[in-house]
Amino acid sequence: MPAKAGERHRQGQSGPSGGKAVPPRPAKAVSKKRDEDVSTEAGEGVDEWVAAKTLVKPPDQLELTEAELKEEFTRILTANNPHAPQNIIRYSFKERAYKPISYVDQMAIHFSLNGNMILKDSDEGRRQSIKLSTAAKKAPVETSAITSEEAEIKGEESTEDTQPAGEEEAERSGTAEVADAAEAEEPPPPSVKEQKLANQFNFIERASRTLNNPMRERACQSEPTPCKNFSATANQWKIYDAYVEELQKMERSKEKEKPKAQIAKREEEEKKKGRKLTSLESQSDDINKISKAAKIMERMVNQNTFDDIAQDFKYFEDASDEYRDQQGTLLPLWKFQYDKTKRLAVTAISWNPKYKDLFAVGYGSYDFMKQGQGMLLLYTMKNPSFPEYVFSSESGIMCLDFHNDHPYLVAVGFYDGNVAIYNLKKATSQPSYKSSAKSGKHTEPVWQVKWQKDDMDNNLNFFSVSSDGRIVSWTLVKNELVHTDVIKLSVEGTTMQGPEGLQLQTLGCGTSFDFHKKIDYLFLVGTEEGKIYKAHVFDLSINKYEALCTQLVVAKKKNKITHIQFNPVYPVVIIGDERGHVTSLKLSPNLRRMPKEKKGQEVKRGPEVEIAKLEKLLNLVREPESKAEK
Amino acid sequence: GIPIRTTLDNSTTVQYAGLLHQLTMKARSTVRDIDPQNDLTFLRIRSKKHEIMVAPDKDYLLIVIQNPCE
Repeated sequence: MPAKAGERHRQGQSGPSGGKAVPPRPAKAVSKKRDEDVSTEAGEGVDEWVAAKTLVKPPDQLELTEAELKEEFTRILTANNPHAPQNIIRYSFKERAYKPISYVDQMAIHFSLNGNMILKDSDEGRRQSIKLSTAAKKAPVETSAITSEEAEIKGEESTEDTQPAGEEEAERSGTAEVADAAEAEEPPPPSVKEQKLANQFNFIERASRTLNNPMRERACQSEPTPCKNFSATANQWKIYDAYVEELQKMERSKEKEKPKAQIAKREEEEKKKGRKLTSLESQSDDINKISKAAKIMERMVNQNTFDDIAQDFKYFEDASDEYRDQQGTLLPLWKFQYDKTKRLAVTAISWNPKYKDLFAVGYGSYDFMKQGQGMLLLYTMKNPSFPEYVFSSESGIMCLDFHNDHPYLVAVGFYDGNVAIYNLKKATSQPSYKSSAKSGKHTEPVWQVKWQKDDMDNNLNFFSVSSDGRIVSWTLVKNELVHTDVIKLSVEGTTMQGPEGLQLQTLGCGTSFDFHKKIDYLFLVGTEEGKIYKAHVFDLSINKYEALCTQLVVAKKKNKITHIQFNPVYPVVIIGDERGHVTSLKLSPNLRRMPKEKKGQEVKRGPEVEIAKLEKLLNLVREPESKAEK
Repeated sequence: GIPIRTTLDNSTTVQYAGLLHQLTMKARSTVRDIDPQNDLTFLRIRSKKHEIMVAPDKDYLLIVIQNPCE
């Protein structure tokens, strides 16, 4: 009811305003609706109050009693949403059960409209206001164009419904339109270009990428150089060794350049080397390889075994000599013996001029009836157990001599009259050079051999004297012994008439001889008859005892001493006996003071003194000489 | 070193060879350090029970063990 009133009021107002076209429409609808509802209404608008008094019942209205009509029904206005459910049950996965939700949302949304209003102070708002200000010129043109279009539409509509209202409006819009159009036509339309709207949503990224070639690795590895660890200590002697080797290499290369001269030189060098430097190379046997070391060892072992003797040899001085005038003692030292010489007698002893501990012993037999083999042994004091060198021969050796300059050459004279030269550097047990019947050997035993200085052709030569009365000089020429008879001893006054008228001279038997130290060609010969030729120096015969010491050395063995020799350096004397033993004795200090009286030995004192002493001795010895030989 | 010939049992030989070789080298080095022209010819070690003698050579060693007479 009040709604009707409101609508009518509106309609009345719209007339004077003459504004909008909208009200006429709802006016229509309202009027239609009114027509339906109030069908029995008589008048329009005036009958409002009258209609309220008279109740008009529709035909299908519920029939109620008056009591029921007076019943008051209370209506409470709540905020509950009648459409909202009263109980909502939801399944809770956590508790795995249906659970009622206690609070049900009662909000009912009647109307929702998404607005497009932006806050003026926000970012977006500011941006848009800036945009609007910059495009202000365009805007009125556009808006005016738009409004003009709208106006035209409105104009059309207004003409349809209410002409007077519409015309007025059209006129106003038209005037505005004309004014605007005039403005619009004058300036040319501004550049169509618009600023691009760059926002976060329209961000475009442009990138490009070059084409990368695929990487390929190519490698090659060489074989590692073989490494070898080497460690050594550089000592002074290693450096020295290297130098020496280098030197030897150089020498060898020089030799190859000049073969002839060098060979000759080497030969000389070899000759001058002593016998101890013999090298035994190219030995395949193990034992022979260690021969050098074995030799040293053998000597050392001997030194140990004969330790006390060695000590005595070196250091023992007989203190009791102080109490004895002119008489001394002989201290026995080593004994040298060899199996094979047990039956032989020592026939010759000689010291080596170069190596003071080396001596040679010749073995043979003095017995005319028993003539057997001979041996030549060389011993050294360092090794009393075994001889250093062993040479055997067919006939007994009677005498021997070392060469002064070549201490490895030994000249021996045999019982059968031969002479031979042994070379100690060579390993053979046979003599290097031997005389024979053809080459003029003696017919009687050779009693003495003696080396001479090299002759003018640098050939070695030596002399030998024998019972056959000949003194022969042997020269080593081209590896052969050439003999030259030097002297034939003849007994004075015994020339006999031979059977065929030849004068035979009975030759005297030379037994020993010696040479003058200074004058080479002067020598003395002693003979069996007791005569000495050429000088008055008496030569000690080999079968004499030393008269200086009365101590009987080998009396226990009941041997006869056959030879004795002094050592020029050490106070040692070696004595050979008939049994083949050689004993060495040390001279006590008293005895050392005596001059040495052996042939061919070097004496430190001057020859004049020696001559004087010998004269003295001569006087002593002359008398026994005249008696007879032993 | 390696023993070539021996009259003792193997283990003792090997022991002697090894130990004495080192000692000989040391001794030789000592001698030659003092004078390079010198060289070791013989080495003798005397102990209470034995005497050990070593003769070195270019390629080998000769070792002798002796019971002293004293």
